[in-house]
Amino acid sequence: MPKMEDLQDIVVQTRRDILRMVHKVNSGHPGGSLGCTEFFVALYHELMELKEGFDMDGMDEDLFFLSNGHISPVYYSVLARRGYFPVDELNTFRLIDSRLQGHPTTHEGLPGVRIASGSLGQGMSVAIGAAQAKKLNGDSKLIYSLHGDGELQEGQNWEAIMYASGKKVDNLISTIDLNGQQIDGSTDDVLPMGDIKAKFEAFGWDVLEIKEGNNLEAIIKGMQEAKSRTGKGKPVCVLLHTIMGNGVDFMMYTHAWHGKAPSDEQLENALGQNAETLGDY
Amino acid sequence: MTKYVDQGKNDTRSGYGAGMTELGRTNPNVVALCADLIGSLKIQQFIDENPERFFQIGIAEANMMGIAAGLTIGGKIPFTGTFANFSTGRVYDQIRQSIAYSGKNVKICASHAGITLGEDGATHQILEDIGLMKMLPGMVVINPCDYNQTKAATIAIADYEGPVYLRFGRPKVANFTPVDQKFEIGKALMLNEGTDVTIVATGHLVWEALTACENLEAQGISAEVINIHTIKPLDSEAVLKSVKKTGCIVTAEEHNYLGGLGESIAGMLATQHPTPQEFVATQDTFGESGTPAQLMEKYGLNNKAIEKAVLKVMTRK
Repeated sequence: MPKMEDLQDIVVQTRRDILRMVHKVNSGHPGGSLGCTEFFVALYHELMELKEGFDMDGMDEDLFFLSNGHISPVYYSVLARRGYFPVDELNTFRLIDSRLQGHPTTHEGLPGVRIASGSLGQGMSVAIGAAQAKKLNGDSKLIYSLHGDGELQEGQNWEAIMYASGKKVDNLISTIDLNGQQIDGSTDDVLPMGDIKAKFEAFGWDVLEIKEGNNLEAIIKGMQEAKSRTGKGKPVCVLLHTIMGNGVDFMMYTHAWHGKAPSDEQLENALGQNAETLGDY
Repeated sequence: MTKYVDQGKNDTRSGYGAGMTELGRTNPNVVALCADLIGSLKIQQFIDENPERFFQIGIAEANMMGIAAGLTIGGKIPFTGTFANFSTGRVYDQIRQSIAYSGKNVKICASHAGITLGEDGATHQILEDIGLMKMLPGMVVINPCDYNQTKAATIAIADYEGPVYLRFGRPKVANFTPVDQKFEIGKALMLNEGTDVTIVATGHLVWEALTACENLEAQGISAEVINIHTIKPLDSEAVLKSVKKTGCIVTAEEHNYLGGLGESIAGMLATQHPTPQEFVATQDTFGESGTPAQLMEKYGLNNKAIEKAVLKVMTRK
């Protein structure tokens, strides 16, 4: 297990990557990316059992599916720094002829990505399919997926949520990024979703919460608990309470940075709060 | 003309079911998904023989398309089954992002296509599905003409790597192609050589085209009949070769003239060999309840409509 300080160094470097990527092209989604940075780092550097290299079928390794594809900056940074593709390629984010499209895709053959996402609400169905393929193949590894809370407003999720419990897809851990924000404002203002925990439980899922979703130790502990609950006849849902824009003071607690890049001055300020650890790309 | 014999009317969806039964026995990676329409898709035998490879999704087509995409990750070859309407328009964005753009090896198998679904009416009679699916980059679009060809196509697409839309129907139609034919994706089939007009048909309108051809022969008109079971990729070479000989063409399909086979051929001919063309297709309209024969008559999709189109197009040469 990597030391917590080492993981924290990756977190800080990932924040720098996210900020620099969206700043360079003056587009992209820093808020949700920063909010999920600790989760991604914990997932790819501690929790998931991964093979070396990348192949699409991903037999005998854990697989991850990102449903809310707009947080591609954090995904790309973590994949690159986990060794799926050269870190330098982060320079090409959202540029013409790049494998790092605005939203993740398999279309340009970027290692680490197994499905296109961005049009919301589709990822849980895909994750369920991959989980069922693992069962058919006698593969005991797990499927992880991540979804935005606002994304749960898409109806396809509820088809998938009903199916996963009804068909006992118990090799699946779906995490909901509960940051309470979406493009137009807070989720409560845009469309109140009520008690998400109660809804998942009513649909027959095993639900647990990680209250400190930006605390590495809390995430690892919570996700290990989630892993221990797999294989027991129910899909597992993790409600991850995060702070959008975490790690950059002026981006926190607001939806304003959902899809907005920082100015030169703002970037300097933000990077000043996150001193280089592993070296910028 | 070349004689074709109806071996006994049968529904193309049963051809799909028979193809799935064979795939169940021969290809361990094939899995079937269905959105609460097992009986309509005729896949009970596949399910009985391979229960672990069948996924009953319930009435949730969007979820079905996503699950199918996911099943390919791990080497499975998913065949989704529901009506054509619910296989395309209802789930267009799921197919677009999770299957087509993601390049997933999913076979979208669609029954009850077109107006001949009959009495259920326009809510279920999709006449836009070929257009919707052919516009997706990388999507193969197949509309076989009878039971035997649907069975052969079902088996063949399992060996093709990539997304496929396979379209078939509800009513019993003439079954006249060889029992154990080999199905080649993208290869048009010459059914009758002729010199005066080319008739290119897809789906069960191929049989109507053959009937029209026979009637036209009695009037001294020599029609060339081509079965285009694959709308995309289009066998341009076969069409060009024929129209260079005949000088005019009629396309026939159970689909809106906007977006269908006729439009694909018109687009190809416009750039390569402009040719007078008439469309036997629905004219940008919804369908309605009725028997398949009544609907084909009312919406101009039968052999009489093809004959009429031939006589018209020949005056435009």
